[in-house]
Order: sequence, then structure tokens, then C-alpha cells
Amino acid sequence: MTDAPLDPRERSSIIRDSLGVGVATGAYGVGFGAVSVASGLSVAQTCALSFLVFTGASQFALVGVIAAGGAPISGALTAMLLGTRNTLYGLRLAPLLAWRGWRRVLGAHVLIDESTAMSVTRETTAAARLGFLTTGVSIFVLWNLATLAGAVAGNAIGDPRTYGLDAAVGAAFLALLWPRLKGRRNQLIAAAAAAVALATVPLVPAGVPVLAAAAVALLAGVLTKDETQESAA
Amino acid sequence: MIWAAIIATGVGCYLLKLAGLSVPPRVLERPLVERVADYIPVALLAALIAVQVFSDGHSLSIDARALGLGVAVLLLLLRAPFLVVVFGAALVAAVFRLLV
Repeated sequence: MTDAPLDPRERSSIIRDSLGVGVATGAYGVGFGAVSVASGLSVAQTCALSFLVFTGASQFALVGVIAAGGAPISGALTAMLLGTRNTLYGLRLAPLLAWRGWRRVLGAHVLIDESTAMSVTRETTAAARLGFLTTGVSIFVLWNLATLAGAVAGNAIGDPRTYGLDAAVGAAFLALLWPRLKGRRNQLIAAAAAAVALATVPLVPAGVPVLAAAAVALLAGVLTKDETQESAA
Repeated sequence: MIWAAIIATGVGCYLLKLAGLSVPPRVLERPLVERVADYIPVALLAALIAVQVFSDGHSLSIDARALGLGVAVLLLLLRAPFLVVVFGAALVAAVFRLLV
């Protein structure tokens, strides 16, 4: 965490990599826009989500719960639970980015998976800030434009079920989950959570099964405690 | 109601981000908290998939969405990009509904 200035080569390499991630990720917004209007949200509501919430998995979760007939408040709670991982990213990045005051207040909005990934491994504050901001801001701009495009297109085509867009929601969630399914433990947690959710569907109001499945994460965290301590010892 | 949920989610998710940058790391950086925070996205996304694909909100059901999910698995195994996975699943579900 030094204050050394960046040499021009490192600088342009960080910008190039970050813009690449920004363009690739921002384009997902088309999928979100289409899925959101297919779930019954208006174009304005869809765009407001991308602008105000700006963290993909949480946005998909909110519209997914609403699409399944759940209460919007259940959707909001699910979305916020998913948003807790950004808090952990922030904890890791805080000493590296070293922002105070209004810079921190503004920078926080683009604290997401990709901006974290493109800054957390940097060795200097200048490099970390450059990677974080280039990635975060380029995704923010493109994600919002792509959301509008997807929502307008999705809105224009009529009943979304005719186009299979209700099937697109599950596929989007699976694509978000996929990179996290590498370890055996995560696979077990995913299977248990899906089972809990499906078992509770007939018993509780829509939206609640997903929240109930969060208990699996809590339980798994408590049960795996000893293992981690042993490996640390 | 939907607008209220959007505003609440926006404010909540922003504060969660800001908290991470503002709270001293030692306050939250405990192994249990960190583990649970790693597991929560896995559990929630898996539950969302299950409910989204295999229920109609109040009871379990199987239809073209399950086929779409199968196609998504196949495309992910082939390392297809995100948008190909999403719209590939939609396309197959749509064609299935058209034919059956």
C-alpha cells in the first residue's frame, strides 16, 4: 500500500484489462433487462434497479422472487442477503483503496464482484484505484445502457413465455452460480438449499422458501467451523 | 409495492457496500462470518434456481423451464458465454412450447 506513482506501461495494461472486463460484464445487462420485464416489472422499474441497486445477482434475485409470485419484500430481503458479499469485498479493499469522505461515498456504489476482482490483487493504492474505477465505472455505464435495451426489446415482444424468457431466469441464476460450484462443499450446500426451498414451496408464501434456504448457509458455516480450526492449527 | 422494494433494495445494497469500506476490518472479519458470507450466495442462488424452474409459486411443477435449465447446464459445460446460456435456454423452451 505505497503511494508510488504508476509507470505508463502498468497504467495502460490495467486500463485495457479493466475495460475488457467492463465491456464483457456490462453486456449482461441485456439479459437482466429482458428477464426483468418478463417477470412483470416495467421498463422504468427495471432501469431503476440497475441504476440504484447495481449488483447483478441481487437484481436478478429481486425480479426472480417477484416472477415466482413472491411478495416484493421477500425479494428485497433476498437481494440484500446476496448483497452482503459486497460488504466483505469492501473490508478487503478498504486498506488498499484508502478512500475517505466523498470519494468513498461515491466509490462504494461500484463496489461489485468484478471491480473487486480487478483491484484486490494490485500492489499499490494507485494501481488498485485505477483498476477499481475503470472496471466499476465502465460496467456501470454499459450495464445501465444494456438494461434499457433489453427491457425495451423484452417489452415489445408480448407474452414472455412464448419466447421462453421465463426459462431464461433459471438459466441466468445457474450461470451466476456455476463458478462457485467447483468445491465439493459448495455443491452440497447448493443441493441442500435447493431441496429446502422446494420442500417448503407448498407450505409457505412464495418468496419465503428462498429465504429459508439461507439457513443452509448459516448451518454449513457453523458445522464447518471445527474443520477450519483444525487446518489452521 | 414493487417501487418500495426497489428503493429498499437500492438503499440496503448501497449501505452494505459502504459499510465494507467504512468498518474497521477486525469488526466483521471473523472466520464464521466470512464462511457464512461465502456460502450465502451459493445457497440463495441454488434455491432461486429450484423455485424459479420447478414451481409455479405455490406448488411444484415441471414444464419447458426444466428443459431450458438442462440446456443451460449443457452450455455451461461447453463454456458458453453468459448471454448464450441465458438466451439459449429461452430459445429451447420456446421451441418446445411451440411444438408440444
